[in-house]
Amino acid sequence: MSNKNRSVQTVVATGIGAAIIFVLMKFIAIPTGISNTQVNVAEGFLPLLAAIYGPVAAGLAMFIGHALNDFVTYGSPWWTWVIVDGLVGVAFGLFKRQLDIQSGKISVSKLVLFNVYQVVVNFVGWVLLAPTGDILIYHEPAGKVYVQGLATWLLNSISVAVIGTVLLVLYAKTRTKRGSLKKEK
Amino acid sequence: MSKNLFVGYNERDTFMHRLSGSTKLIGFVSLSIIGMVTFDTRFLLGIFLFSIILFWKSQIKLSEISFILKVIIAFAAFNIFLVYVFSPGYGISIYGSHHMILGNPNQFFNLSWEELLYLFNVLLKYTFAVPLALIFLLTTEPSEFAASLNKIGVSYRISYSVEITLRYIPDVQRDYRTISLAQQARGYEISKKANLITRAKGAVQIILPLIFTSLDRIETVSQAMSLRRFGRHNKRTWYMARRFKMADYLAFFVIFLIVIVGVLLFKVNNGRFWNPFN
Amino acid sequence: MVEPLISFKDFSFKYDSQAEDTLKHINLDIYPGEKVLIAGASGSGKSTLGRVINGLIPHAYPGTISGSCVVNGKEVADSSLFDLSFDVGTVLQDPDSQFVGLTVAEDMAFSLENDQVSQAEMKKAVSKWAKTLQLNELLKNSPQEISGGQKQRVAMGGVLIDESQVLLFDEPLASLDPAAGLASMKLIDELATKQSLTVVLIEHRIEEVLHANIDRLVVLRDGEIVANDSPNAILESEELVGLGLREPLYLSVLRRAGIAITDCQQIGHAETITNPAIAESLKSWTKGAKLTYADKKMTNLLELRDIKFAYGAGKNVIDGLNLIVHQGEIISLVGQNGTGKSTLSNLVTGFLTPDSGKILFAGEDMADLSVKERSEKIGYILQDPNQMISKTTVFEEVSSGLVLREISNEEIQTQVNEVLKICGLYEMRHWPISALSFGQKKRVTIAAILVLDPKMLILDEPTAGQDFRHYTEIMSFLEKVCAEKDLTVILITHDMHLMLEYTTRTIVLDAGHVIMDDTPAKVLTSDNILQRASLAKTSLYTLASRFGLPSADDFVAKFIESERRMR
Repeated sequence: MSNKNRSVQTVVATGIGAAIIFVLMKFIAIPTGISNTQVNVAEGFLPLLAAIYGPVAAGLAMFIGHALNDFVTYGSPWWTWVIVDGLVGVAFGLFKRQLDIQSGKISVSKLVLFNVYQVVVNFVGWVLLAPTGDILIYHEPAGKVYVQGLATWLLNSISVAVIGTVLLVLYAKTRTKRGSLKKEK
Repeated sequence: MSKNLFVGYNERDTFMHRLSGSTKLIGFVSLSIIGMVTFDTRFLLGIFLFSIILFWKSQIKLSEISFILKVIIAFAAFNIFLVYVFSPGYGISIYGSHHMILGNPNQFFNLSWEELLYLFNVLLKYTFAVPLALIFLLTTEPSEFAASLNKIGVSYRISYSVEITLRYIPDVQRDYRTISLAQQARGYEISKKANLITRAKGAVQIILPLIFTSLDRIETVSQAMSLRRFGRHNKRTWYMARRFKMADYLAFFVIFLIVIVGVLLFKVNNGRFWNPFN
Repeated sequence: MVEPLISFKDFSFKYDSQAEDTLKHINLDIYPGEKVLIAGASGSGKSTLGRVINGLIPHAYPGTISGSCVVNGKEVADSSLFDLSFDVGTVLQDPDSQFVGLTVAEDMAFSLENDQVSQAEMKKAVSKWAKTLQLNELLKNSPQEISGGQKQRVAMGGVLIDESQVLLFDEPLASLDPAAGLASMKLIDELATKQSLTVVLIEHRIEEVLHANIDRLVVLRDGEIVANDSPNAILESEELVGLGLREPLYLSVLRRAGIAITDCQQIGHAETITNPAIAESLKSWTKGAKLTYADKKMTNLLELRDIKFAYGAGKNVIDGLNLIVHQGEIISLVGQNGTGKSTLSNLVTGFLTPDSGKILFAGEDMADLSVKERSEKIGYILQDPNQMISKTTVFEEVSSGLVLREISNEEIQTQVNEVLKICGLYEMRHWPISALSFGQKKRVTIAAILVLDPKMLILDEPTAGQDFRHYTEIMSFLEKVCAEKDLTVILITHDMHLMLEYTTRTIVLDAGHVIMDDTPAKVLTSDNILQRASLAKTSLYTLASRFGLPSADDFVAKFIESERRMR
């Protein structure tokens, strides 16, 4: 595939990816009771989007989808979190080559590695970056934002570990070649 | 489409409707940023009042935004409660003085005028941008949005991604509903009746077909766009773009003034906080 | 001598993902101003041929090319997709993927935007083409607000605006109802003449495409051209059926009545075909043919009594609807889009609750039954199998509904295997779904519902996008299963062949109530109903009225029955 086609594909993957993220955030978020924090199915979709289309599409799609959702539900985006969410997408996308999902071969060790990586990425994002941003920009009390950050870290890591891993495995399975199939009596 | 995504763009003929989308976008972004940074209560109140006036001038009816209003009030109330509970003495430490209403500074739970002012600032920060955002959403045609982004310097590829998002949200939403009904008809539960694990399973059951149909769609839409030469040049023109008129330049001037006032106040206040307790 | 506009010379192509060539040694010339239909069953390579013409091959689909394909003087393999797009305008099969703008006007201007044309010029071009295509009123509408036929016109506008000489349609009929399909074919014919365009149509529905007055018919099978001649010459021979395509109905009936098509003139349309013997032969054939009346099924299974329903405070979408479906019937439910067909099925499956009226199933009021409880009685199958499948192997998918019911593993094994055998999927039970064809996937979704042992099935457009062979395959399978399990079936459809050949009763819905409830033959011969349901006249009906047969519906019914016996 030529480069130009790939760039068009990135544009479309970003746009439709953001649309999916928006719809998932709006329709199937499972609230936990802590403000701004929910078991987020959209976070579970992010690793797959990132594994197929790479850091640019995943990062932008998450950014656009999250920002639009904030606009429509809260009137105005909570920028620090929107940006961190986008960065998490980029970080997942950087793991694309290691996962190599298009090959259809996704081993347990790759998945374990990815999950270690995602827990770290989520930690950096939600426990270090997002609360720090909230303190610097919004001047919120540290206790509050760190508790929110910790909760989000846990929830997002779990969403990715459960839903994300399942989606990666199932997608990889669809990539298997036809050749070896035999009819069984 | 705009009808089910946004609170609803409404064609009217007001000053705000006539402004170009880029102008409103620049206004929204610059006022948001300066408002996010400053803790000058007077300034925040000023922007808030200013945007309420614009809101009223745009002839937006309260009924159009009543739903969003409820969510915002709930969100703000809950967050303010948390901010207070986690650190009731935060105001005192910020303003460096204590004018007590209840209790004394040595207790964890106390209430001071400093804390109240701080909480009032936080409340303003949660809400001041809302009228601006709503004005932007309700007076800008969704079609003009991508063109506006491109005009203020965002690359046209990213701008068009946003256009595609707006274009396909209703389609993805429709697919989501169809799929979710079909899966429920086979016994999967995603309603509030079920527990967390069951719901997560139900969710995977729905998003898997949704994602796979969407991945196919990404392929065909990319082809459709390549066949009509998207990405051929380094720039593109926009059917829906609007040129700047007198009103836009006037608006830029007003935005500029407000931002300058905000920046000057940092100097006057010796920092981000306006401190009336000195 | 006129140079061909498109010229294939010993052209072969193999997709990287496939073991064999999809196109084999194609030699084909298409001349300026021609209207060419490229027909063939699924897998014949016809869509691949289209992708070569517009350059998606090799630019978007990697593979190996040998031989040459030249479009307007450019070798496809050496030109960029962008260069080729000036010569060939493509209208894709899925109108929702082609429509990338937020409004009609923006979408029409899309390619001009990419060419950096000024706004004033764009507005001029859009308004010119909007006028030609009668889209003036719709310029500000979103894709969700317009019909399939209108979307296709927008897509045509979006490529005609480039003033390209070749217009390429990939399965233009697949997403249109019969009335819109007919209108679209006539529009293509008209435009081609007016704008002196070269048109390439890729379709398997030959009878409908004939309305575009095509000049040439090219038939592909297994990647090779097996027929390439004027449509009349190919229609005269009996080749089409052997090639996995459906012969126009009016020709089949004439053959059945003993008329040699070679003796007829102007055979391209039911409206024009002539031969002095036709009237007599048809009359005597009709007289001789017998109709067997199926035993009337009398046990009421589903009963809808005066159902009313509105979304929110809107007006009634279902407005006083009464309907009785008998045990063991296969009925078709037809009507324009937006007349409440899907609302009706949602009311029956319990996703929506009627505002007033009663729904009885086998005499029991369903008002208190949940979606889940109803799903044990009524199975609902979507048009697109990809929207239903959420597991990776056939067995997992089919068993998933039973797993939720918490029955023992052995029990699941037995039940699933039994259903898989009925559906002809048993041998493939451990295959990944992704290795299945569209038709096989469809069978998997039906199997996944059958295993839940429902009494009734509702299928939404079960044959959409299927060629004749797959259509027959799916429907004979369904017919067999229904007979074996005494199932009752409601087919929601626009496909007139499907109504005629596989259903015994047709319900026509308009403005939220039943406007006709009769045999398919009667429905398809009632002029004003056809229009209200967005259906089109069948060519059988045209023949019946042209040659003065006493009863059109009797004639239609007899022909369909004789067809059925031949199967």
